Amino acid sequence: MARTRISLQGNPVRGVPMEIRTMIAHAMETGYRPGADGAVIARNLIRRFRCSFDDGTRIEPVFEAELFPAVAANPYIAFHFTPPGNGSLRFVWEGDQGFVQTETLDVRVA
Amino acid sequence: MRRPDSFSRSRRLVLVAGAGMASGVVHVRPANAAELPADLLAAVQAFAQGAAVREGRVVLDIAQLVDNGNAVPVRVAMEAGLPAATAVRAMALFNERNPQREVVAAQFGPLSGQPEFSTRIRLATSQKLVAVARLQDGSCWSRTVDVVVTLAACIEAES
Amino acid sequence: MWPEAAVRMRRPASIVLLILPLLLGLCSVAAAQTSKRPEPSDTRRSGHDFMGPATQAMQRDDDRNPGMLWVYDGEDLWSREPGNGGKACVACHAAANSSMAGVAARYPAFDAASARPVTLGQRINLCRQQHQRLPAWAWENPDLLALEAFVAYQSRGLPMAPSADVRLAPFTEQGRQLFGQRQGQLNLSCRNCHDDNAGGRLGGSPIPQGHATGYPLYRLEWQGVGSLQRRLRSCMAGVRAEPFAFGAPQWVALELFLAQRARGMPLETPAVRP
Repeated sequence: MARTRISLQGNPVRGVPMEIRTMIAHAMETGYRPGADGAVIARNLIRRFRCSFDDGTRIEPVFEAELFPAVAANPYIAFHFTPPGNGSLRFVWEGDQGFVQTETLDVRVA
Repeated sequence: MRRPDSFSRSRRLVLVAGAGMASGVVHVRPANAAELPADLLAAVQAFAQGAAVREGRVVLDIAQLVDNGNAVPVRVAMEAGLPAATAVRAMALFNERNPQREVVAAQFGPLSGQPEFSTRIRLATSQKLVAVARLQDGSCWSRTVDVVVTLAACIEAES
Repeated sequence: MWPEAAVRMRRPASIVLLILPLLLGLCSVAAAQTSKRPEPSDTRRSGHDFMGPATQAMQRDDDRNPGMLWVYDGEDLWSREPGNGGKACVACHAAANSSMAGVAARYPAFDAASARPVTLGQRINLCRQQHQRLPAWAWENPDLLALEAFVAYQSRGLPMAPSADVRLAPFTEQGRQLFGQRQGQLNLSCRNCHDDNAGGRLGGSPIPQGHATGYPLYRLEWQGVGSLQRRLRSCMAGVRAEPFAFGAPQWVALELFLAQRARGMPLETPAVRP
């Protein structure tokens, strides 16, 4: 499992957009780089990042991103979320070689 | 003297709530969108799904001279003060001279509330970048900038 | 948030005391005190100050600093039992944020058993071998870097305070000489760039002063965290010299000299550099 860091900027307030900052440890190997032996290192990327919100009755998408080799290693992705009320945020990173990682974060609005 | 914060040992995920950090806008020299190569135009038009793409309304926040092309912070957003009718469904970033045109393509759900994202990108060399926003009504806006990337001065040894 | 003040040079105020004896020879003395700021005597600048604002923000904001991912790995390792029945670091050293505070700031330190200085990474490996009965980690092993980053992070913000142990003096002197020694096909010494031409540019890149205050650090060129030794090897290859072998005593001597050279500057681990 890869190391992650997820940070909410400020305290959640119903109806007020707030920034979420995420980081995950991943080499994001482009598939263009030669290794020390001259052979190209196989592509190994995180392809998709999704954030959704579960308010207890249904799950709504918040933000999704499709990532390409031009995204830097140890991807940093920041976006906004407007809490409609209490619930839980779900973060999923998916990529090559069967890579899947899920993190959750409870949200309590002021 | 400052002590680092202690954090939970039991979870790999570190949950932090902290004060927001203002990000400064760096003014970059706008580039002429008409000078883009054909494959870049094609990638932009594929994202635009057939709509005309007009230059404007999009903010592309990136350093004009980057420290290292391996990790260049970038923020894509909309200009402040736009009417609510211009709800943004998706935003994407494209490049001119990397091996592949696409960089990242983002979609905003109803709970996003603010059409903007930040990330770090790789730039193989000095080149143009194009950020495109696709609105709810299908219309598209873009911003094109020039970014200068120099090579690392000291060549990395075999480690 | 990385405190602004910690990476900015501090200007010491000085008080100039003038004592004017009376011309008539009376014993009383009139003392005039003036508070005067001298020319700043400390012109040292962290490599942080030579970076663009976006890269500086990457270091100063833990939400954006990729080195923090290694610090978290190190935190896990601190409590992880080695699996051979041996103890985890925490069993002897307890909570790192108290036991390790200030430790990294005074490395390299003198190791009496080997009668030579050792770096923090070497000390961790010595603990691993002697107290956990495990083989030493190889140079640039990710777990070693993570643990080193975690331990050094406990001194973040503290001034570099290398030990005044007199036994270190000959090794520091060796480091000083290496720093000034021209080498390689380009025939350049560290001093030529990092003392004589700091603030200038090489190619498109600014030349920093070369203070090793943030190691292990996340280097954008590496797309990962690496050690000072790795960075110095890259410098030597840059002047077309054959780098010393990994683990060579010259690296320890250089690191010791660099720590003295950066004495008083705040430790920044995990720093971010281009």
